[in-house]
Amino acid sequence: MKRIAISLLLVTSLLLAIACERKGGPGTSNSTGTIVVGYYGDLSGRTSNFGQSTKEGVLMAADEINKAGGLNGRQVQILSEDDEGRPEKAATVVTKLIDQDKVVALLGEVASGNTLAAAPKAQGAKVPMISPSSTNPAVTQVGDYIFRVCFIDPFQGEVMAKFAANTLKAKKAAIMLDFNSPYSRGLTEFFEAAFTKLGGQIVNKQSYTQGDRDYKGQLTAIRSASPDVIYVPGYYGEVGVIAKQAQQLGIKAPLLGGDGWDATQLWELGGDALNGDFISNHYSVDDPSPAIQKFVADYQGRYSKRPDALAALGYDAMKVLAEGIKKAGSTDGQKLRDAIAQTKDFSGVTGTISLDAQRNAVKPAVVLKLQDKKYIYQETIYPEGMGPQTKAAPAATTEAPSKAGN
Amino acid sequence: MPILVKRLLAAFVIILLLIAINQYMSDEGLFGFGVPPYYGRVIMLAGINVILAVSLNLITGFTGQFSIGHAGFMAVGAYTSAYLTVYHAQTWEHTLAGVIGVTAAHALIFLFAILVGGITAALAGLLVGIPSLRLRGDFLAIVTLGFAEIIRIVILNIDKVGGATGFTVPGYTNFLWVGLFAVLTIVIVYNIVHSDMGRALVSIREDELAAEAMGINTTRYKVLSFVISSALAGMAGVLFGHYTQFLSTNDFQFIRSFEIIIMIVLGGMGSLTGAVLGAIVITIMPELLRRLPGDLSQYRLVVYSALLILIMLTRPQGLLGTREFGLSWLKRPQRRPEGDKPVGEKGVPIAEHTSSTSSEGRK
Amino acid sequence: MDTFVQQLINGLTIGAIYALIALGYTMVYGILRLINFAHGDIYMVGAFAGFFLATQLGFAAGPSLVGLVIVLIGAMVIAALVGMAIERFAYRPIRKYARMTTLITAIGVSLLIENSFVAKLGAAPRAFPQLLQEQSYTLFGNAAISKSQILIFAVSIFLMLLLQWIIFKTKVGTAMRAVSFNLNSAKLMGINTDMIISVTFALGSALAAAGGVLTAQYNPQIDPLMGIITGLKAFVAAVLGGIGNIPGAVLGGLLIGLAETFVVGYGQNVGVPTTFRDAVAFAILILVLLFRPSGLLGSTVQEKV
Repeated sequence: MKRIAISLLLVTSLLLAIACERKGGPGTSNSTGTIVVGYYGDLSGRTSNFGQSTKEGVLMAADEINKAGGLNGRQVQILSEDDEGRPEKAATVVTKLIDQDKVVALLGEVASGNTLAAAPKAQGAKVPMISPSSTNPAVTQVGDYIFRVCFIDPFQGEVMAKFAANTLKAKKAAIMLDFNSPYSRGLTEFFEAAFTKLGGQIVNKQSYTQGDRDYKGQLTAIRSASPDVIYVPGYYGEVGVIAKQAQQLGIKAPLLGGDGWDATQLWELGGDALNGDFISNHYSVDDPSPAIQKFVADYQGRYSKRPDALAALGYDAMKVLAEGIKKAGSTDGQKLRDAIAQTKDFSGVTGTISLDAQRNAVKPAVVLKLQDKKYIYQETIYPEGMGPQTKAAPAATTEAPSKAGN
Repeated sequence: MPILVKRLLAAFVIILLLIAINQYMSDEGLFGFGVPPYYGRVIMLAGINVILAVSLNLITGFTGQFSIGHAGFMAVGAYTSAYLTVYHAQTWEHTLAGVIGVTAAHALIFLFAILVGGITAALAGLLVGIPSLRLRGDFLAIVTLGFAEIIRIVILNIDKVGGATGFTVPGYTNFLWVGLFAVLTIVIVYNIVHSDMGRALVSIREDELAAEAMGINTTRYKVLSFVISSALAGMAGVLFGHYTQFLSTNDFQFIRSFEIIIMIVLGGMGSLTGAVLGAIVITIMPELLRRLPGDLSQYRLVVYSALLILIMLTRPQGLLGTREFGLSWLKRPQRRPEGDKPVGEKGVPIAEHTSSTSSEGRK
Repeated sequence: MDTFVQQLINGLTIGAIYALIALGYTMVYGILRLINFAHGDIYMVGAFAGFFLATQLGFAAGPSLVGLVIVLIGAMVIAALVGMAIERFAYRPIRKYARMTTLITAIGVSLLIENSFVAKLGAAPRAFPQLLQEQSYTLFGNAAISKSQILIFAVSIFLMLLLQWIIFKTKVGTAMRAVSFNLNSAKLMGINTDMIISVTFALGSALAAAGGVLTAQYNPQIDPLMGIITGLKAFVAAVLGGIGNIPGAVLGGLLIGLAETFVVGYGQNVGVPTTFRDAVAFAILILVLLFRPSGLLGSTVQEKV
């Protein structure tokens, strides 16, 4: 036992000695030279396609900024870390980015669970963090250094409920949600509440988990309840197949969804089974407005594929941050935070972004109809207290910031 | 010096050391020296992993029962204690503080939470262990995996503890607690292994039928070892939850159980110090691999799995085999002459080992 | 009534896939007493092999029966090679080692395959090209069966019969049975056990790959991690039927498929949320191992000391 104790003591002392540093000195701040921004996301795990997509948007934005001369004359550098989609690792990499790499701000994460784990670190260290797509309301409640550029679940869920009840005149709705996804559950909760408040009735509720091959069991049950519409607030990977299998079962009711549907693979998986379905989104990749088309073209040129909702949000998150840095004229935590908090009518690809007092993005949502591999604009639904006049964005065509992600 | 005094003295010294290290790891540091938050985090997580690895080693390394559901027990401990601390700790601490002061109340509540976590995990271990432990090797592994998944799915469905989003938990853990429990775990497992029970466990590992024939109540010992192991894992879970201050079922998936397995495999399944070493190495490794140039770090998980296979193919007994850390192992490579049966497991290998017909060559 | 029939059809469809994969587990276990953890990933490899064959050979353009046949056979061949490679390089060197070692190695191989695919191809789901002109045939009322479901039934039944023929009517099959009975005696009888083991892996992998390609017609979403849960459920199916027993694997597969579908379809009426779908398979596993470890069709083997 003594030998064990001594050897363990040796190992521990070694570790502690390696880690040693002086404490209590003044912190060094970098006020010249490259601006280092940290990005964290799932780059190697189950949801790495989300993390990679968002990263691509962020990198493209950073490149554009640098090509245009940088911010206040300084170049931007993105340092990205992989959290494998695990909350514990998210907190670890954020600690590393703040502590070791001395980043001035953080971008991430996609999944609310991971953001919630990491945000307290940013808040504690007074480093502003902008989440591109975490939609759970709790995220920005962590503290005043945490922002987001996407919708929160309460808003988006309500949007579809309004559309279903008011425009489609649906009385009965069924729901098919992704059980493990906080995004899906959040949207479901608020859709349900809003739809019933508008006089509708939820006739059946089914859930699936990512990785399920077969949805016919749930769809058959839904079919017997004869709903007018079916709300499927999930991700494109599963939704495409759900639409297909629903068609095979002869279900005629239209499917409704959120921005999690937005990706090219959706069409590959669902094909024409998707025709006649609707989604709420923040923008449409088919929007003819020049700003959006330029974004799509640039993205296509750089990555040889069309951007999905997450890439667009990553892009906007970086741009909002850049705007904040420019306005603040410095990268000091407090000043930067205040500058970002004042973001008003920022013209992003995902809509006109204004951050409210809770640091959530306030932007209208568009409802789009899916037809023949295209998204066709239906209508715009505004948040409370916002109307068509207050929008400064190009009119009519698809415009709607959306809170994608989970 | 009588042995009791020696022990007390040793305990006193250890506690002093832990307090010193704790101060060193805190924000103000010790005499102006400390650790950066990032390293501090890695060290804390390493400490928690030590508890997990050593406890798993008890049931898998020493008793030979392959359990890949350790994360499940960790989750049970974490969530039950979190339920207490989130919903009740405030009021309890308040009332207690009036009696014994704030720090004492704070510590006592946490101790209580840890005990609750450990006991519930032990109960879970009992529930899982009693039916499963009569199964053989591979099947036991799958069943423990299944139970861990069921536990996780059940927790996922309980909204009171956060459901799919996650659960924010107050922070109680510091290095003092982690260090204390790590030392405690090592002492407990060491004492078990070096007792009659330990010998029974090893005999079960080597040849269960023979042990049974010798009159050892194998079921009783297996279950006991499993329960103790789960209890320790539960306590590790409590420490974990109250350190990260955020609980999500995504942190308790199969990959975590598997990481703990790698720790003890790397270190050597029959060795206490091996488990500690393995825990430290596996905790630090991903952080080191992060420094690989950009794209290469994506292959981190590939490296892990390849590493595991390599270890199994070349040195299945891990770094230390069944030895403890000393310098003697450096002298000769761990290669037994015929048929390297490392941490032996009962189970008749299909290919009977006969030296004459060994067509595979090696061994 | 028609809902019931619909659920029945759905259940049997996924059950057939589980059966195909379960056969691989059961054959390997019968021969080596090894649970090939990586088998579920072979199913995934088969699906991806089919995907790349279909896209590279130009079948992605439109449905084509010829394309389907070529892709199916091609995927089966590729998977068979992968399976044999795994056996040769990862399992054979440690065949005589302790059980735990082989199990850990198997887990390691499984993770290696999964993570390599994720690292190289990304975790994003892809759409398997549609090689079958999809169509639904109404049976009665609301109950319908789709072409892809019919395909799954037809091909799986064919492959299972083929397997039966191989095992019972060919020399190789007899050798396989001999080896699963007692490896050393078989060796003494002059059977090249190494080759037979390779063949077993090849057959099992080919079947799993067929399952992968067939599923992809039914549900075109493929991703590198699709083999984990499906593989686990197929393993449960093999245990349910009696591990080592071939008809048992088929029976087990169908039962698991049906159980799962009915829990999802009707479970809500008795308060079981659909998200416990995966837990169903585990629950069945635990029950089987507790009360009838030899499975439905297996026979208890006495342990000799």
